[in-house]
Amino acid sequence: MISIPCPYCGPRNSGEFRHVGESRPRPDPQTTTPQEWRSYLYLRANPQGWTTESWYHAAGCRRFFQLERSTDTDEVRALADRNMT
Amino acid sequence: MTSYRLPPLPGEEIDRAQPISFTWNGKPHSGFAGDTIVSALAAAGVRTFSRSLKYHRPRGVLTASFVDPNCTLQVDDEPNVRAAHRRLGPGMTVTSQNAWPTLEFDVKAANQLVGRFLTPGFYYKTFMSPRPLWPAYQKVLSRFAVGGRTTRDAPHGYYDQRFAHVDVVVAGAGPAGMGAALAAAEAGADVLLVEEEYDLGGHLRWGGADELAALAALRAEIRARPDIEVLPNSVVTGRYDHNWIAVLQRSGLRDSGVVERLVKIRAGVLVVAPGLIERPYVFEGNDLPGVMLGTAVRRLINLYGVRPGARAVVMTANPEGDAAVADLRRAGVEITRVVDARRGEDIRRAIGHGGVREVELGDGTRVEADLLTVSIGWTAPTSLLNMAGNSPVYDADAARFRPGAAMPPDVIAAGGIVGDGTTSDLVEHGREAGREAARRAAGGEPQAIQDLSGARHPEVFRADTHGFVDYSEDVSSKDVFGAVREGYESAELAKRFTTATMGPSQGKLELVNTISVIAEATGSLLADVGTTVWRPPYAPLSLGALAGRSSEPSRVSAMHRWHVEHGMVPLVAGQWIRPDSYGDPQAEARNVRERVGIIDVTPLGKLDLRGPDVSRLLECVYTNTWANLAVGSVRYGVMCAEDGVVFDDGVTGRLGEEQYFMSTTSSGAAAVWEWLENWLQTAHPEWQVHVTPVTTAYASINVAGPRSRDLMSRLVEDVDLSGDAFEYMRVRTGTVAGVEDCLMWRIGFTGELSYELHVPASYGLHVWEALMAAGAELGIAPFGVEAQRILRLEKGHFIVGQDTDGLTKAGSAGLGGLVRLDKDDFSGKPELVWAQGTDAPLLVALQPIDGTVVPVEASQIVVGDRRIVGRVTSSRMSPTLGRSICLAQLAPELADPGTTVTIVRPEGGTIDAVVMASLAQVDPDGVRLRA
Repeated sequence: MISIPCPYCGPRNSGEFRHVGESRPRPDPQTTTPQEWRSYLYLRANPQGWTTESWYHAAGCRRFFQLERSTDTDEVRALADRNMT
Repeated sequence: MTSYRLPPLPGEEIDRAQPISFTWNGKPHSGFAGDTIVSALAAAGVRTFSRSLKYHRPRGVLTASFVDPNCTLQVDDEPNVRAAHRRLGPGMTVTSQNAWPTLEFDVKAANQLVGRFLTPGFYYKTFMSPRPLWPAYQKVLSRFAVGGRTTRDAPHGYYDQRFAHVDVVVAGAGPAGMGAALAAAEAGADVLLVEEEYDLGGHLRWGGADELAALAALRAEIRARPDIEVLPNSVVTGRYDHNWIAVLQRSGLRDSGVVERLVKIRAGVLVVAPGLIERPYVFEGNDLPGVMLGTAVRRLINLYGVRPGARAVVMTANPEGDAAVADLRRAGVEITRVVDARRGEDIRRAIGHGGVREVELGDGTRVEADLLTVSIGWTAPTSLLNMAGNSPVYDADAARFRPGAAMPPDVIAAGGIVGDGTTSDLVEHGREAGREAARRAAGGEPQAIQDLSGARHPEVFRADTHGFVDYSEDVSSKDVFGAVREGYESAELAKRFTTATMGPSQGKLELVNTISVIAEATGSLLADVGTTVWRPPYAPLSLGALAGRSSEPSRVSAMHRWHVEHGMVPLVAGQWIRPDSYGDPQAEARNVRERVGIIDVTPLGKLDLRGPDVSRLLECVYTNTWANLAVGSVRYGVMCAEDGVVFDDGVTGRLGEEQYFMSTTSSGAAAVWEWLENWLQTAHPEWQVHVTPVTTAYASINVAGPRSRDLMSRLVEDVDLSGDAFEYMRVRTGTVAGVEDCLMWRIGFTGELSYELHVPASYGLHVWEALMAAGAELGIAPFGVEAQRILRLEKGHFIVGQDTDGLTKAGSAGLGGLVRLDKDDFSGKPELVWAQGTDAPLLVALQPIDGTVVPVEASQIVVGDRRIVGRVTSSRMSPTLGRSICLAQLAPELADPGTTVTIVRPEGGTIDAVVMASLAQVDPDGVRLRA
């Protein structure tokens, strides 16, 4: 169980969070194409190394936030701009 | 009975003033407090403790420690007890395992005669075919692989869990571990010191006067420090990412009623100081009772005052073996020969039947002996380091694996696992590790600590005869040679093929010998064969410890006690426990149709939404239109995920200009809340909406049936309930049974005139009882979830997840009218646009032609040559129609009303059914609902 640095609550066990996954922008639903929309839904870059991803502190402050995690080592670090906006 | 107990010794851990009685295989025995089960038996001259797994060879003490592969016994109703570790307790009933009919005469020892057929792969190759006979094979084989016994009436005991946050965890309390704990604590860290054995000290415990003096000083220092918590008879079983550490606490607990405790720790730094494990030697007869490692002999003599034999041959390659010679002499054991491997001397085989009688030396001479003590090398238990990503490296000069270079900053190895030295060298190495651990735990940048070099040690693995490399699995060096011949040349493959290292001691004794034999058989260097991967747990865990105590909460409504008192048949729905029925769901459903019923729907998810932008949020998450919802009205809505698949539904009402009340499905409450937060926090943080979950702040009761208005009017004073004033799909706030601020929705999942009440939870039971009392003369009866399911099926209302699945998009669930593709945006909209005109299955109502048959839910619907065209999603006997009715997902070309389809019954045969004109089979026009 890795430790997640919640920007609001401090470090907590990952069991308190939902792993939302790789952060990716939502295409404009008015103009999007099936290819673009479905890659937004289903395709992930899944890099080996550092990736920016979202977590939801479900059993805590109920905030969504982003952090960086190395998929190699599970090392995590806070983002300067931690919010999802 | 001859006693092998020696006169008192300075370091002994037994208390001769406290004798303890127990039985061994039915016979009375006695030992002393502080004895292990095995030391007490060895003191009485017992030499054979078990029969081996495959060949049922007699086995005796090998290591006299937890990892002893030959001393696994049954104690009372507890199987597989490590009896060379477990302390003796009064009244214990100790028996041997894996022997029949007795330990002394075991008929399965005949397996030895057919040993050449029981080579690795024998079971795979012999019993795999013919396949259908496997269950029969399994029955016979399992009798041969028996461990201990458990009984169904064995007391379960209480297994505890604890969570801890400490700066420094030290694994192992030998000289280095004790030094590390002291130095870390002196540097200001909170320390948890974990020791596998009952007492601190490691090998100092069975050492000479200098070691005992050093030990006493260290123990006193540790006792004096309140910032060091000591867990004896406990073991670090795993190190996981971010220093998440599992510790099994085995003792010090029984008095408190706790059998075992699993401690889960988030640690700053883990200091790994397990010392070394002595490695057995591979030669013919190396498993005969009487063949013991030097450490085993030293433990028996020095800790328990047990003379391990009368005449000994000692093979030694290191100071441990030399010390064993001295200890044996002190214990009055005659040393008939010292074989010094450092001078190139060797032994060839141990000879005897049921125990060592003679030892054949390398030069062929035979020496009479009942004890053969072997000290030929060490294994570094690098398991925890391996779990932290460190790969051990073979050091030929030291004849053992040592930690590799790459170590994560939150793990430090210390003491014997790293290298060799005097007691003070080891303590000082531990102290340095402890100081550095405290510094890193406080946020300091990692600095390297000094290395401890490995002393030169001859490489001694196997004599020129074959013997066992794995005692627990009965795997010999010959078997490993055979595996290599068959092509299993890598350690990982040979291990799995022979099962060497896969027994209860998990390679702690066996791994290095196994890979040395692989290296020998393949003609490669041991360093090139490498080790296999160590995974948690380091030591065996009981299932009880893993299960621990249950921390899963259960939820009940304010009316729960009433339901129990009125004969509820419980339904476990997620965390909720609620009435499935009160005994007769068909009657409960009929009563709702004919009179009036009430159901506890508290688990419905409820969210209080406030702010100027709530309607914009609703437009985003629901597929239909919300901007025009008037104050005082409610509306039904369906939510889709971004892939267009239906994921929840419910009713939301507008209570004020900027105040809404949303209901969700019971199972979807948490997911919908998260979904709303997701939209508000990530997509539209500029919107002003406050979401408050109020699911359990309100008790929810649905009052349903033609007499529900009559019933409500008896309890509601301040709301006009007449059909014109309080229409269908409206919401009012008022006083019910004297309780103010109750929400009343006029909606109807059951298809009847009905009111859903949300009352402050603490008044839930009061309102429920008031309804029951006021409804008595109206024929009121409570109904449960099952009756509600029947009623909603009659009405054709679908349930998300039951009548829809992971592919059901909003357009195909019979909800086309609720999807407003003219809205700019809502969750899943693009997919619903593209799904138009595709031939996704439709939700339809079916009536089996034979109305007495209720097809099983999930039955397939087929055409012609059994092509699957749909499936039954809900199916019940309808008390209103007196026949069976169904909902089904069906291919659109067959969904026209009046079409006859064929349902395959899993119990055999088929039944035809007709597609109905409307999903609602009772009151399709909604007359009752809008009454």
